[in-house]
Amino acid sequence: MPPLLHQVFRPVPFCTYYRMAEIADTRLARLQPRAGFKLAAVWTYLGVLPFFVFIIAFLIFPATNLFAGAFQDAKGNFTLVNIQGLFSPYILKAYRTSLEVSLITSLSGGVLGFFVAYAITMGAAPRWVRSMLLTFSGLAANFGGVPLAFAFIATMGRTGFVTAILKSICYSAADASKVCPLDPYEAGFSLYSTVGLAVTYTYFQFPLMVLVITPAIEGLKREWREAAENLGASAWQYWWHIGFPVLLPSILGATLLLFGSAFGAYATAQALTGGSILLVTIVIGQQIRGDVLGDTNLGYALAFGMVVVMAVCIALYTVLDRRTSRWLRR
Amino acid sequence: MTKSRFNPWTWLWVTVATLYFFVPLWGTFDFSLRMKRGAITFLAYQKVFADPKFLQSFRYSATMGVITVIVSIMLFVPTTYWIHLKLPRLRPVVELLTLLPFIIPVIVLVFGLIRTFSRPPFRMTQTEFTTDILITAGYVILSMPFMFRAVDVGMRAIDVRTLTEAAQSLGAGWLRVLLSVILPNLRVAILSGSLITFATVVGELILADFLVRPALGPYMVVVGGGKAYEPAALGILSFGLTWICLGIIQLVSRGDVRLQPIGR
Repeated sequence: MPPLLHQVFRPVPFCTYYRMAEIADTRLARLQPRAGFKLAAVWTYLGVLPFFVFIIAFLIFPATNLFAGAFQDAKGNFTLVNIQGLFSPYILKAYRTSLEVSLITSLSGGVLGFFVAYAITMGAAPRWVRSMLLTFSGLAANFGGVPLAFAFIATMGRTGFVTAILKSICYSAADASKVCPLDPYEAGFSLYSTVGLAVTYTYFQFPLMVLVITPAIEGLKREWREAAENLGASAWQYWWHIGFPVLLPSILGATLLLFGSAFGAYATAQALTGGSILLVTIVIGQQIRGDVLGDTNLGYALAFGMVVVMAVCIALYTVLDRRTSRWLRR
Repeated sequence: MTKSRFNPWTWLWVTVATLYFFVPLWGTFDFSLRMKRGAITFLAYQKVFADPKFLQSFRYSATMGVITVIVSIMLFVPTTYWIHLKLPRLRPVVELLTLLPFIIPVIVLVFGLIRTFSRPPFRMTQTEFTTDILITAGYVILSMPFMFRAVDVGMRAIDVRTLTEAAQSLGAGWLRVLLSVILPNLRVAILSGSLITFATVVGELILADFLVRPALGPYMVVVGGGKAYEPAALGILSFGLTWICLGIIQLVSRGDVRLQPIGR
C-alpha cells in the first residue's frame, strides 16, 4: 500500500527537505561538468600542451636519454658496468674534490652568511646597513661565472690588487728581506688551487645564505627570548636551548642549497683554473669535448651520478624548508 | 630591538661582509685601470671596445638574450595564466618541472642536448641556424625558474578570474584577454623575469661554449687565457650589466631577488 501524502510529509520537518534539496543540488552541480567531460577537459588541457611539449623535448627527454646511456654499453645493451666504473680511482677523486669544495664553501658561506644575517636582524645594525647588505646580497648571490673568476684573478691573483698591497707592505720596509711573510703566494696560498676556488665560491655562497636565512631569523619570536630572559636565561642559554634548535632545520636546509649550488658550478672553476682542478663538472666538460674517459657511456654515468647528488640535496632542502615554513607562517 | 647601542659583534660581521663584497670589485676596477705602467688609464676598456670580436660576440649574446626573453614570455605567460584560471590542480606539477634546472646542472643539460639532438634524426648541430634554435631552447630552460616564478608571483597578485570574466563579458576573446588585460597587469613581473633572463643569457658560458656559438662567455674565456688587463675590464663591464639588470628589478619590484642563476 503506497504511503499517503501526509504520511510522507508530516513526520519530517521542513528544513530537512530544504537540506535534501541542497544536497541534491550540489550533487547535480558536481555531476554537471562530468556530463561535458570529454570535450571541455581536452580543450582545457590543450592550453598547457606547448609548455609540456617544450619541457619534455628539451629537458626531460635529453636528460633521460643521457641517464639511459648510463645503463647501456656501447652496443646499447643494459649494463651496470658504467655505474661500477664510477668507483674507479680517477672518478672517485673527481667526486671527492667536488664534494670537498662544495662542503668547504657551503660551511664557510653558511657560517659567514648566518652571522651577517644575525647582525642585520637581531644585532643592532642600523636600517641603512641592513638594506644595503640585503641589496648587495641579492646582487652578489646572482653573480658568478667567468666575470667572478676575472674579479678574483685581478684581486688575489699573482699580480692582483690585494696581493700587490700585501707585498708592498713588506718590500717597502727598510730591511727589505727576500722572504715576505705577508705575500700570500710565499705563504703557500694560490688562487688556482682548491682553497682559491673555495675563496672565490664564497663570494656568491654567503650572500645566498644571507638571503635564505634572514627570514628564518626574523621568524624567531621576541616573546621566546623575553620568556627565556624572565626565567633567568643568559643569552648563551637562550641560543643553545631555544634559538639554535628552532633554526636548525633552516640552517641545514640553507647549507644544502649552498652545497648544491657549488656542486653544479662549472664556469667559475673553468675560467679560474683552466680546468686544472678536476671537479666532476670539469671532467664532464672534458668528456663532451673529447672522449677523455675512454668510454662515452661512463661519461653519461658521471652525469647521472651528479644529478643524483643534486636531487638528494634539493629534496632534503625542500623537506627542511617545509618544516620551517610551518612555524614561520605563524 | 634597541637601535643605537654599539655592538662590536654586529659590526665585526657587517665589516667582514662589506669587505668581501667590495674588495674584489674595487680590486678588479683598480687592476683594469693599470694597463699603462705608472698611469691610470682607461686603455684596457678602449682595447676591449676596439676589438671587433667583442662587439660581435656581445651582439650575438644580446640578440640571443632578446630572443630567449620573447620565447620565454610566449611560453610561460599563457601557460601560467591557464593554470591559474583553469587547472590549479596542475600547479604543483608545473612548479616542480620549472625547478628541475636547479637539480640538473647546465653541464649535464648541454651534455644531454648534444647527445640527443646532434645525431640523426635531428642533426641540429650541423647548421648554425638549427644550433641557434637548440641553444635558445637551452637558454629558455635555464632561465625558466626565474621567468616562471616572476610571472607566477605576479599572477597571484591579480585576480585572474575576475579580470577574465569582466573582459569576456565585454566581448573580448582569449587573445584579447591575454594581450590587453593580463599582460598589462603583469608588467612588473614580466619585466623582472625578462631582465634576469637577459642577464643570465648574456653572461652564460656553458651552452654557448659546448654548442660552439660565438657568444660573450666563450669570448671572455679566450681573452682571460691570453691577456692580463682586458679580462678585468670585461669583468667590470659584465658586473655593470648584470647589476643594472638586477638593480632595475630591485627598483621596480622593491626587493626579494632571492633567485640564484644557473650556469656558473
